[in-house]
Amino acid sequence: MADIAARNPAGHPTQQRSGLHKLMQRKSTIAFLMALPLILLITILVAYPAGYAVYLATLNKGMTRFVGFGNFEFLFGRDTFWLVVYQSCLFAITAVIFKAIIGFVVAHFVHNIPAKGQRKWRGMLLVPWVIPPAMSTLAWLWLFDPSYSALNWLLAIFGIEGIPWTGEAGWARFSVILVNVWIGSPFFMIMYLAALKSVPEQLYEAASIDGATWWQRIWYVTLPMMRNIIAITALFSLIVTFANFDIVRVLTAGGPLNSTHIFGTWAFRVGIEGGDIPLGAAVSLFMVPILAVAATFILRDITKRGSEV
Amino acid sequence: MANTAVATGASTRPNYGSMSRDRTWALRWSYFFLVLFAIFFLMPPIYMLITSLKTSAEISAAKNPWFISNPTLQNYIDLLSQNQFLVFFRNSAIVSICVVIITMMISVIAAFALARMKFWGSATLATGVFLTYLIPETLLFIPLFKMFAWVNEVFGVQLMNHWWTMIILYPTLTVPFATWIMIGYFASIPKELDEAALIDGATWMQTLTKIFIPVALPGIIAATIFTFTVAWAQFLYPLAFTTSTSELVLPVGIITTLIKGDVFNWGQIMTGALLGAAPPLIIYAFLMDYYIAGLTAGATKG
Repeated sequence: MADIAARNPAGHPTQQRSGLHKLMQRKSTIAFLMALPLILLITILVAYPAGYAVYLATLNKGMTRFVGFGNFEFLFGRDTFWLVVYQSCLFAITAVIFKAIIGFVVAHFVHNIPAKGQRKWRGMLLVPWVIPPAMSTLAWLWLFDPSYSALNWLLAIFGIEGIPWTGEAGWARFSVILVNVWIGSPFFMIMYLAALKSVPEQLYEAASIDGATWWQRIWYVTLPMMRNIIAITALFSLIVTFANFDIVRVLTAGGPLNSTHIFGTWAFRVGIEGGDIPLGAAVSLFMVPILAVAATFILRDITKRGSEV
Repeated sequence: MANTAVATGASTRPNYGSMSRDRTWALRWSYFFLVLFAIFFLMPPIYMLITSLKTSAEISAAKNPWFISNPTLQNYIDLLSQNQFLVFFRNSAIVSICVVIITMMISVIAAFALARMKFWGSATLATGVFLTYLIPETLLFIPLFKMFAWVNEVFGVQLMNHWWTMIILYPTLTVPFATWIMIGYFASIPKELDEAALIDGATWMQTLTKIFIPVALPGIIAATIFTFTVAWAQFLYPLAFTTSTSELVLPVGIITTLIKGDVFNWGQIMTGALLGAAPPLIIYAFLMDYYIAGLTAGATKG
């Protein structure tokens, strides 16, 4: 846009100057008006509530009195809170690592097969990502059913005894991570597949002429070329996984004995179901530090790439 | 992309014998593992389908759960003749379609302004849009809950427990992403195109509707599909803000009404879940390439 502004006055130096000035003014006004619905939406329904959450967290249960850090102090003194912190980190970090690994591996397999078959496989493997998570988690809940578990039936063929998928704390933690990995790894697969396709084939040829093994090719060619997309996908997924709600809510609702609660579900339990809105707001605010760190890294990467272009 | 594929295809095949044998084995292993992963990824939806075709008696019988001995459509008939389920479906459909329309109107116009008509603070706003996309709904539902109570007190408008409230809320989840995708698509359109239009005397609105929207149509389709999928699947907001059965959207409706206490009618639950998953799946089946393009555009463009 700057080009036109610079070029136009050079072409018609005298007659258009004031007209151009007006146009520029009009342009930015029009542009602002065009972006106004977006600005209003973001301000009223995202930025304001986010700030309001901070204020709410400093009130007492009846929201009549300012208690400062009272809610936070109360949380720090409760075992359940520390359990939630532990589980949230365990859940998000483990799930993202497994999603990244499975996504990377599957992307490689899809990339290996002939190009005309890739579309079909890719389409099939992305299905978990397309189904609404609440609906697919219901299917998992049924697969995990204590008395009719179809998974345990399959395991019984191999002589493995019935697993209490959602009934016992350790297994329940495993199950919520498993479902999250199931839903999320297709996304990684698609992102990594797109990245794999952008690695120039000549690099691999050069590497194999130099006698590189497949492992060396991955380590010295693929991974460095994909570093950016791997990082950004993982950070992105970390945010989404950390703030997850649907899976835990439907699969275990936080149980057994609060062992699978993460920040989102516990905030819901405390704030909406328990009627203590300020405490719920305080719980959900604990997501902010991790979200902020991940967001900073993502933004840095994006602005870096923006300036390269 | 096509060039490199052609070039390697031509160079690898005739030259190296051992390499092509390696390739055959790599191919076999790839197919083997792909089948394994496909089983893992498709097992839950297939099991949904299997269960939905069974009678309650068969579901509770102690035999192979992966096999259907008397397939029946009774669950589908029961569910689709229930008024309640149709209400959920209607609520979800209206909400999703309205959200798609609102989202696309807001985001296409705003993305155009942000990508092409730089104004004071537009760069900051573009970053802000991306940041909002990163703010999860789990952070916002509690303050929104309180804000709704406040709106009711001050303006006398009850936002709680109405399905149409979702039409106001969902755009917060969809607009930032749709705008972000559209900024990426618009930025990739050559500047000469709109400069030419402007010199020919087109207004900004004409430039948008006559040039940008047709050229960026794949992006618009991708953003539309994405918006629809998000709106259809959203679970937390309706769970927090609606309670009466007539006001529920499909995902919440299935979970809260079909699960009654400890009684699980799994045949109907799976049927409902499958029907709830159907619209996004059908759209995906037909427009897969746009869907995938939009998914990768979110992170690779911009």
